[in-house]
Amino acid sequence: MSAATSTPAAGTRRPVRVSRPSLARLTAVELRKATDTRAGFWLLAVIALVALGMVLIQIFTGSAEDRRFSEFLGGAQLPVGILLPVVGILAVTGEWSQRTTLTTFALEPRRERVIAAKVSAAVLMAVGAVVASVAWAALANLVAPLITDADGSWGFSAEGFGRVLLFQVINVLVGTAFGLALLSTPLAIVLFFVLPTVWTILGSTISALKTPAEWLDYTSTTMPLLDGDLSGEAWGQLGTSLALWLVVPLVFGLWRVIRSEIK
Amino acid sequence: MITVEHLTKRYGAFTAANDVSFTCVPGTVTGFLGPNGAGKSTTMRMIAGLTPPTSGTSTVNGVAFRDLPNPGRHIGVLLDASAQHAGRTGREILSLSAQVLGVGSKRVDAMLELVGLAGTAEKRRVGNYSLGMRQRLGLAHALLGDPTVLMLDEPANGLDPEGIFWMRGVLRDFADRGGTVMLSSHLLREVEAVADHLVVIGSGKIVADGSKDELLHAGGLYVRGLEPAPLEKALTEAGLSVQPTRDGGFSVASDPETVGRAALAAGVVLLELRAADSGGLEEMFLRLTSNHDSSKGAA
Repeated sequence: MSAATSTPAAGTRRPVRVSRPSLARLTAVELRKATDTRAGFWLLAVIALVALGMVLIQIFTGSAEDRRFSEFLGGAQLPVGILLPVVGILAVTGEWSQRTTLTTFALEPRRERVIAAKVSAAVLMAVGAVVASVAWAALANLVAPLITDADGSWGFSAEGFGRVLLFQVINVLVGTAFGLALLSTPLAIVLFFVLPTVWTILGSTISALKTPAEWLDYTSTTMPLLDGDLSGEAWGQLGTSLALWLVVPLVFGLWRVIRSEIK
Repeated sequence: MITVEHLTKRYGAFTAANDVSFTCVPGTVTGFLGPNGAGKSTTMRMIAGLTPPTSGTSTVNGVAFRDLPNPGRHIGVLLDASAQHAGRTGREILSLSAQVLGVGSKRVDAMLELVGLAGTAEKRRVGNYSLGMRQRLGLAHALLGDPTVLMLDEPANGLDPEGIFWMRGVLRDFADRGGTVMLSSHLLREVEAVADHLVVIGSGKIVADGSKDELLHAGGLYVRGLEPAPLEKALTEAGLSVQPTRDGGFSVASDPETVGRAALAAGVVLLELRAADSGGLEEMFLRLTSNHDSSKGAA
């Protein structure tokens, strides 16, 4: 454990003009942070495995006409959509629980850039999850006709693919926003799963809340993205619910992170 | 170069840092001394842009920290060696920051080598590191961007005596080649051995700021004569302030010539006449900080 003191510690010349790290570089660093720990790696691995599990279940259950690409893909989205918010939460709160913010914000004091990089990384991970689920769905659609009765059709529109992508990006972003607003892993995870559920229960039991719930319950307003029946009203409901569950915590969280003292 | 001007941080009624001003110049090691809770870490966090000051400003190489395009290329900061993800390896932590700094993996290799973590240690998770190893990693991290300024909070914490000696060498070398070093400590001995400039903080206020020699000299002279009583009389008559010490000598706030002439005039034989021990720094440290505490009432 000893090192020669004669080894130069550092050049002490004035540094040449150095540029600030680009947003792309910061995003790459955030992606690496999300995958270089056991917890981060396994969370992403579990998402991929759960998506695979879902398409396998669909091969062996249900009716033959449901064994086609669009159904395989759609079925894989629900479990992925439940886990992706956790990816978003951990991308933010992990820094606070491990106190690595001391390093992160000393290297990039413009905190809004770090947050932008984290949001970008979270979106890229959601895209990755969708790409993985497309691969599993395609694989299932190839294998299913070989081993069982299956429709096996490939019909799927680019618009449908866009909706699935939007669904998962929304999921990961709402998680990220919760993480930013709460800056605590357990608090953010618990509230993320409890609050919308409570809201859903309230909306379905109290008749006076039924109409507001249709506009503000993001769990139900995002469903049409998977079902495909998106009317103009459904888009409006999606927008209003996201203002509440995504924009409010995101803005509050950003304000909190930029203003807060990093210890 | 670190310049701190009138930094103040209040938490409600509590003032963690009160009008703190000092400068760390290139080519020197500045020891930032103070008892626990004196405001050292708060001041350093304000310099690093992590704690927003209530008032006042600070700059690194003449630029506010937030306006440095890539701060790690100017100033290496180590605030808490334990504030790292326990699940990452030492090398991974350096590699992540190297990517932000825009330095290559060769630099990571070199720094791991420098701090003695190259080989098997770099592949272990930091959760399994001792505090001493974390401090070494923290120093490697601070040096990663090849900065001109180092700011380290209690870097010797957890290092063994050999490690402390080694770190002093690295910091001294850094300053001797023109770098600026600011390191905090609550242990005088630790800083005395490496610093050439001292800034002492107590209860959020700067209570002493000067070169080490200057502050040591403030401890005064030590004088001992063959017979204590006539010596004390002679010195008092010469109008000097005299404090008896436990071993029969006196500490005098004056210069050697005045003391020597007073003794000569009284015909007293001197056995010792010299600058007070470096323990004077310790006395100063305790005096300054405790005076300040008592003047403010119980903290």
